[in-house]
Amino acid sequence: MGSLRLENIRKSFGKVEVLKGIDLEVKDGEFVIFVGPSGCGKSTLLRVIAGLEDATSGNVLIDGEAVDHVPPAKRGIAMVFQSYALYPHLNVRDNMGLGLKQAGRPKAEIGERVAVASKMLGLDKYLDRRPAELSGGQRQRVAIGRAIVRSPKLFLFDEPLSNLDAALRVNTRLEIAKLHRELSATMIYVTHDQVEAMTLADRIAILNEGRIEQVGTPMELYNRPANLFVAGFIGSPKMNFIPAATLRDGGASTVGIRPEHITVDAQEGRWKGTVLHAEHLGADTILYLDTEQAGFLTVRLFGEHRFGTDDVLYATPQPERIYRFDDDGKAIA
Amino acid sequence: MSKARTSPVRSAAAHAILITYTVVALFPVLVIIINSFKERRAIFRSPLSLPNAESFSLIGYDTVLAQGDFLLYFQNSLIVTVMSITGVLLFGAMAAFALAEYRFRGNPLMALYLALGIMIPIRLGTVAILQMMVAGGLVNTLTALILVYTAQGLPLAIFILSEFMKQVSDDLKNAGRMDGLSEYRIFFRLVLPLVRPAMATVAVFTMIPIWNDLWFPLILAPAESTKTITLGAQVFIGQFVTNWNAVLAALSLAILPVLILYLIFSRQLIRGITSGAVK
Ligand SMILES: Nc1ncnc2c1ncn2[C@@H]1O[C@H](COP(=O)(O)OP(=O)(O)OP(=O)(O)O)[C@@H](O)[C@H]1O
Ligand SMILES: [Mg+2]
Repeated sequence: MGSLRLENIRKSFGKVEVLKGIDLEVKDGEFVIFVGPSGCGKSTLLRVIAGLEDATSGNVLIDGEAVDHVPPAKRGIAMVFQSYALYPHLNVRDNMGLGLKQAGRPKAEIGERVAVASKMLGLDKYLDRRPAELSGGQRQRVAIGRAIVRSPKLFLFDEPLSNLDAALRVNTRLEIAKLHRELSATMIYVTHDQVEAMTLADRIAILNEGRIEQVGTPMELYNRPANLFVAGFIGSPKMNFIPAATLRDGGASTVGIRPEHITVDAQEGRWKGTVLHAEHLGADTILYLDTEQAGFLTVRLFGEHRFGTDDVLYATPQPERIYRFDDDGKAIA
Repeated sequence: MSKARTSPVRSAAAHAILITYTVVALFPVLVIIINSFKERRAIFRSPLSLPNAESFSLIGYDTVLAQGDFLLYFQNSLIVTVMSITGVLLFGAMAAFALAEYRFRGNPLMALYLALGIMIPIRLGTVAILQMMVAGGLVNTLTALILVYTAQGLPLAIFILSEFMKQVSDDLKNAGRMDGLSEYRIFFRLVLPLVRPAMATVAVFTMIPIWNDLWFPLILAPAESTKTITLGAQVFIGQFVTNWNAVLAALSLAILPVLILYLIFSRQLIRGITSGAVK
């Protein structure tokens, strides 16, 4: 109960086409994450799924049924917003219960469901407070609680963690992962943080300028990016792109190699270069090299290394980890 | 924080200007109130002196209150003002919400059309309004006044409120929609409370011109039973003799209700006016 199907969704605001034909299938119980650069249409797509925005053309199907003319509250969907969007005049209990109350459920049932959700999220102590009397993290938990209480077929999250500080973000991320396991509900989640995407998702859909560039499990996207955009978007630091001509590699236009798939050696190797800058992070060392054969390269080494600026090094890519892209940016298998 | 903001010279200068303005603005009001407590000769002999044992007199108030209809005028003014403000706020807020919230063809044109009234004084249309009221049989009714004042107040109300409503978070309204609230509930329960300061601002700016207006009561509702207080006070101004005691007392009394309404709105009003600056 909770599969979603998008068929050729298009959305224009006036003359500007924001979504340019989105097709996607989400299975029951799946956790799918939309990532993409700012302004690529993630929130718009989420609003179309929720019914808060009408698609210009295309269909949204939930459990196989077209819901294009069903109002948001009747679609069996709950949404968690980036700005929490709690009702300022209601306390936590009523914030969580309002949806059920509107649906005409009996008081006892509402009270029970609110109690379950607030226990799950550790909100018991705050039930009588107004949103203004809560911290950011607590507010976000109330917003999540408001979604849980309605026991929807489908959860939508629009960048739910982006207003939280780093420590809280990790905690809430774990909580959402736990929630997904416990409720085994279908979830769609928007973020532009790729760590969030890689750690939470069953599958990731990468959006760019209103199109889905690729859909796949995190490891599929990492290991077999379909094109330059995906290759550059997934992985941090970003994949190195080298014009194929400088490497005399016929048949490709661009060659890509991830920073973690390059080894360095002080004596010998394929590309000779000097260190422009070194970042020592403890677990990792990131080197920025200027090489004679391949131009600028980012290299990620595991553990601590003693390299510093102006050292001369030889970098060698792992041959089986080299990606090749054609003139259109498509990956060459 | 910058030093300039807290420099004593600057703040003294600012206060001097503000105090001067306050004095200038309050002076006429004060003179009216002072003189309303004096007897006629004292008013003319030394208009600026406070009433003393000799010159103190309540004759003005006696006259006004003895004139049986005065309470009725008062009531008329209150009814007209309160009903008009209610109309302006309710319909203004609704129109503003539609303009701010919904995308429909002609939305910008509609906004422009509704804002046009800010620049065109409604009195230009007096003749047409009078003809309409005659045709509708509304001459000498309070309804006529309420309708005209509501129309007069709407443009500014829509203009101000729609700007404020655009700032209300979309997520909040959408959360309401997800929970199944009707558009009316979203408007009344979520949006209106958040723009309360703006509503108070609009209320005060609408209220004062209505309360003080002489023009439309004179033209549309001059009958004894529908006179407003501003018009009613004119009975004491005669062609040959003017009963100054009564005029001043009537004016002093007329200040009271506006003052009370203002005090009700003022806390919100100050927040509304400063909300743009302090954020
Ligand atoms: N109501 C609207 N009217 C006109 N254009 C809009 C509207 N809402 C969104 N857009 C445009 O649609 C595009 C996509 O917006 P959207 O909010 O979906 O981006 P996003 O992917 O969620 O970005 P972000 O990561 O910054 O939240 C943007 O270019 C935006 O300017
Ligand atoms: Mg967004």
